[in-house]
Amino acid sequence: MTTHRIQVMVCTGTGCVSNHAFEIRDAFEREIKKNNLQTEAAVITTGCNGFCGAGPLVVVQPDGIFYQLLKVSDIPHLVAEHFLKGRPVKKLMYIPPEEKTPIPKMSEIPFFADQTLIALRNRGMIDPEKIEDYIGRGGYKAIAKVLTSMKPEEVVTEIKASGLRGRGGGGFPTGVKWESCKKAHGTAKYVICNADEGDPGAFMDRSIVEGDPHSVIEGMLIGAYAIENVTQGFIYVRMQYPLAIHRFEVAIKQAREYGLLGKNIFDKGFDFDIEIRRGAGAFVCGESTALMTSIEGKVGEPRAKYIHTVEKGLWDCPTCLNNVETWANVPQIILKGAKWFSSIGTGDVSVDPWGGSKGTKVFSLAGKVNNTGLVEVPMGITMRDIIYKVGGGIPEGKKFKAVQTGGPSGGFIPETLLDLPVDYEELAKVGSMMGSGGMLVTDEENCMVDMAKYFLSFTQDESCGKCIPCREGTKRMLDILDKITMGKGSEEDLVMLEELSSMVVESSLCALGGSAPNPVLTSMKYFREEYEAHVRDKKCPAHVCKPLIKYSIDENVCIQVGHGCDVCRKQCIDNAIIGEKNQAHRIDPSKCGKCGICYDVCKFDAIHIE
Amino acid sequence: MGKLKIEDLEKIAEEARKKMTIREGGGRAKITVHMGTCGIAAGARNIMNTFLKEIETHDVHDVIITSTGCAGLCNKEPMITIELTGQAPVKYIQLTEAKAKRIFDEHIMKGKFVQEYAYAIGSEKIL
Ligand code: SF4
Ligand code: SF4
Ligand code: FES
Ligand code: FES
Repeated sequence: MTTHRIQVMVCTGTGCVSNHAFEIRDAFEREIKKNNLQTEAAVITTGCNGFCGAGPLVVVQPDGIFYQLLKVSDIPHLVAEHFLKGRPVKKLMYIPPEEKTPIPKMSEIPFFADQTLIALRNRGMIDPEKIEDYIGRGGYKAIAKVLTSMKPEEVVTEIKASGLRGRGGGGFPTGVKWESCKKAHGTAKYVICNADEGDPGAFMDRSIVEGDPHSVIEGMLIGAYAIENVTQGFIYVRMQYPLAIHRFEVAIKQAREYGLLGKNIFDKGFDFDIEIRRGAGAFVCGESTALMTSIEGKVGEPRAKYIHTVEKGLWDCPTCLNNVETWANVPQIILKGAKWFSSIGTGDVSVDPWGGSKGTKVFSLAGKVNNTGLVEVPMGITMRDIIYKVGGGIPEGKKFKAVQTGGPSGGFIPETLLDLPVDYEELAKVGSMMGSGGMLVTDEENCMVDMAKYFLSFTQDESCGKCIPCREGTKRMLDILDKITMGKGSEEDLVMLEELSSMVVESSLCALGGSAPNPVLTSMKYFREEYEAHVRDKKCPAHVCKPLIKYSIDENVCIQVGHGCDVCRKQCIDNAIIGEKNQAHRIDPSKCGKCGICYDVCKFDAIHIE
Repeated sequence: MGKLKIEDLEKIAEEARKKMTIREGGGRAKITVHMGTCGIAAGARNIMNTFLKEIETHDVHDVIITSTGCAGLCNKEPMITIELTGQAPVKYIQLTEAKAKRIFDEHIMKGKFVQEYAYAIGSEKIL
């Protein structure tokens, strides 16, 4: 039988796989067999659904019932109840934070309902390892359209008119880039897909590749045709993404078998093929010039960009580099038209390709927010809607503090700016950036100085070391931040920190150095009082920086309310608590290692942090 | 399969879509079989299989079959609900294989509901 009445879509993105999604798939197959339902129910594996925190997850079609946090032991009951008796199992469904009734349908869960999918259009709908599934959802129709009815320059014009801008960070208008590469002299040109996502916690690109690799391949085909004289493309993926590499390999193989890559595609005299290059995962290799030298087989180091890579890139040939998400948008623009795409988003791109932010952006929402995961939202949506509607707000009713956008070198955005529409220019105006789409939410329990230090230590570590301002400047900045969090900072340090920041921004060779100080600059701008508390009062208001906090016991509360219960003393690993049962306790500050255990275990709120 | 021509693309898409309509939750018609304990005892599985077979023989791909629990009308089982897009759902009761076949032919394929077997349209009873 070809038609199954039930299709079990098992998410097998990296997140769910690490939570045993393959075992869940096997369990479904086993139970379906056991219940003699093979002809009625089919199990299909899909790419990441973006809601990894709820994984392993499964969507049962045609009703779109969403099951989350599954265990192998749940499956027999699920199959018997839902598949045999038609009773979806409530206790395995999603329950919104602070509510009691589960939401059975995926399409009604706010996390999914408030998203607009273009780059992730096939998420959860196709088996990424089956090219037929992609074709069934309109795949490779755009390249067919382009080859039969559009001249290369018309394709460029269409992409320009759509207002699509680079999703990897810079926000450079894609059509303009294609045009320059097209105009550049050279008989051999290249297109590259940058899948070298290096921001900690970011996985937009990985997820697109894992879930829908053909969308990227088709985008590259269209780009190669439009730019002309391009017969070879490269996909640069980091080695740390084995599943993404595997899915690309399978996709390329299938596309070649169908003649969608190779010679004389669709008999239209157009040749193009793609090779995968594995990167070692250095952050700087995401930078375009460094990435190209790495593809050439040399050490990945950036070089000065006085010559643009669109003119002299890979092996000194004109090269057009776009990231995964950018490429994945291209086929949809060709199919649905520039008008449709530019109707989504902000500004006006009809005269100036820099005049607005169009389409959607994929963000990875992380940190102190209820629904962490991957979200695709229209440009121009407010930060507040992303955090509170799609993200479901801050857990445990805590207070929002700031959201950091754009990866480790993005800036912090405070509460007062939450109604900011998310687009390239608006984010830049407040000192942050779109970047590749990382979004980290912090709450009242995060110390801004500590956060700035964390991100700077990341970029500092990843600096390739070629230019001095970036290598030494960030190091000096880190030393100062260290001093401040140790309680040894002074007001002069704050001045110094600001000066160093602008020096590094202005004189670094590549964008890594040029943006690394952003977290420091924005946290100093919007949370100045926290820095001042550290240097002036030697206090950490969020109680994060250990050298600046002190634990003490209110002896009155301890004896009168807690009757000297002695719990804290037994738990203290440093033997820093003095006292006996039924007596008031106190902490010996010279011994206390500030682990915070006593604070957590005292049921009578007798212990304070300052 | 070898190298594709542009015409082949549509063929592959067509084939793939047959399997995929149900993922999109769309479809022109939806048959819901009531599969409570009593329904199953009364032969609901058999009814479901009849519909699945009909779908295959007619080679239609926009008809979705799903199941639901007991409808509280145990003496009327096996029971189904048919919904055509844009029309009120129709409930059929006390089905047999032969009745199911006729319902498929007339209601699903030709769009005319079978009055004699119908129990209710929307919420309004017609028996
Ligand atoms: S746990 Fe609290 S109440 Fe008990 S001895 Fe320690 S400080 Fe006193
Ligand atoms: S903070 Fe840790 S080390 Fe210090 S007194 Fe409490 S339990 Fe002991
Ligand atoms: S991997 Fe399953 S939701 Fe991300
Ligand atoms: S692996 Fe976590 S969102 Fe895909």
